Amino acid sequence: MTKEILRIEKLNKFYDKRQVLFNIDFSIKQGEVLALLGPSGSGKSTLIRCLNGLEHFSSGNLFFAGKKLVPTEKNWQRLRQKIGMVFQSYDLFPNLNVLDNILLGPTKVQKKNHDQAKQEAISLLQRIGLTDYTAAYPRQLSGGQKQRIAIVRALALHPELMLFDEVTASLDPEMVRGVLEIIKELSEKDNMTMIIVTHEMNFAEQIADRVLFLDDGHVLEETDGKQFFVNAQTKRAREFLESMKF
Amino acid sequence: MGHLGTNILFAGNNFQRLLGGLWTTIWIALLSLIIGLILGTILGMLRTLKNRPLRIVLRLYLEFFRIIPTVVLLFLAYYILPRQLNLNLPADQVAVLVFALWVAAEFSDIVRGALISVPQHQRESGLAIGLNHWQLFRYVLLPQALTLELPATINLATRVVKTTSLLMLISVMDVINIGQQIIEANGQTHPNGIFLIYGVIFFFYFIVDYSLSLLAKKVDIAKQH
Repeated sequence: MTKEILRIEKLNKFYDKRQVLFNIDFSIKQGEVLALLGPSGSGKSTLIRCLNGLEHFSSGNLFFAGKKLVPTEKNWQRLRQKIGMVFQSYDLFPNLNVLDNILLGPTKVQKKNHDQAKQEAISLLQRIGLTDYTAAYPRQLSGGQKQRIAIVRALALHPELMLFDEVTASLDPEMVRGVLEIIKELSEKDNMTMIIVTHEMNFAEQIADRVLFLDDGHVLEETDGKQFFVNAQTKRAREFLESMKF
Repeated sequence: MGHLGTNILFAGNNFQRLLGGLWTTIWIALLSLIIGLILGTILGMLRTLKNRPLRIVLRLYLEFFRIIPTVVLLFLAYYILPRQLNLNLPADQVAVLVFALWVAAEFSDIVRGALISVPQHQRESGLAIGLNHWQLFRYVLLPQALTLELPATINLATRVVKTTSLLMLISVMDVINIGQQIIEANGQTHPNGIFLIYGVIFFFYFIVDYSLSLLAKKVDIAKQH
């Protein structure tokens, strides 16, 4: 039996009085890829941000590796080292060069030995073919390069779960492929557990083991990845898939 | 030669005394800036926290120092500290105290403004790699704020240097006070000395403030390398 990494129970989220997430339940196992799909405003980004505490959920429980999280700032800080996140805006720190961007987490948060962390960072950069850029600053890089480095920066902490929040949404079309290939390789070669919010339906179809379809803050359906794209259960999901096609 | 008063500039040790006054001006400004910038950075960071009472107190502190003229602050500290609190500081230390608190107040606002204009997703990606609040300030927000702060900081430093001219009012022997003494001592014999002495003082201030803006330019270029 594969280990459960993350489980969410009855998660509700309010902005003031307006409820944006309703009784969300789901879990994800070691090595699984879960795609959060749904129209804009359906709450997928809010949900994925709740999973590492960037948004605080109003009620509900989060279990990581079977342990219930007591949502204090300190506990979130500890948990964030095990849950890597990459965002839509390629937000490397502009005041640090590529290597220091990657090393900040391992050396300052996890207090790892600098030389050892550096070796690891360089071998990660090798995987994405950007070893020549260790001393470069973010502004000297293309969007695609920045996004690939942001992925490496998250991986450098050895997370057990990776969250991808629309990571290709602001990239030039020709940059998208390179980033998606890395995510795919992470799943296939490293068996990384991942939760992905994306608008790239072809990509989601290829990579998702399971799809959680959200609409208006509700999980409308939870379907096997292959099934969802050929035979979605709900009318709303079928309409959504239709609207994403040209 | 004589009627322009050049000889009073070099008579006796007048020129050395003026240089000494300039040094007083510089070290008071410099020390106030060092203390004020450090304190202001801390206060600016605190002002971005969510704690409301703390923010109100710090805001009042800022407004107090911004609204009250520096002369009044100097007099308040110079006359009230010894009388009410029995704290007898020499005038130059009073000057550093008042200026440092003033710089801290103004700089806290500059730091706060710069910190909140660092984009929100920088904060979030810092948190996402597990940084705590202090590490987030130290490695992500403050370095980025620094670049944004630079022009306003140089402006503040220039104002501090210029405002030291008020220190003669609490009898600090700064460059203006000494210049004034030289002018008054020679007023009978060299009525035009005032032009020369103030000309020299103008030149001194220009050198100090201009090197500040050169420094700013250099730091700015170094940042962009």
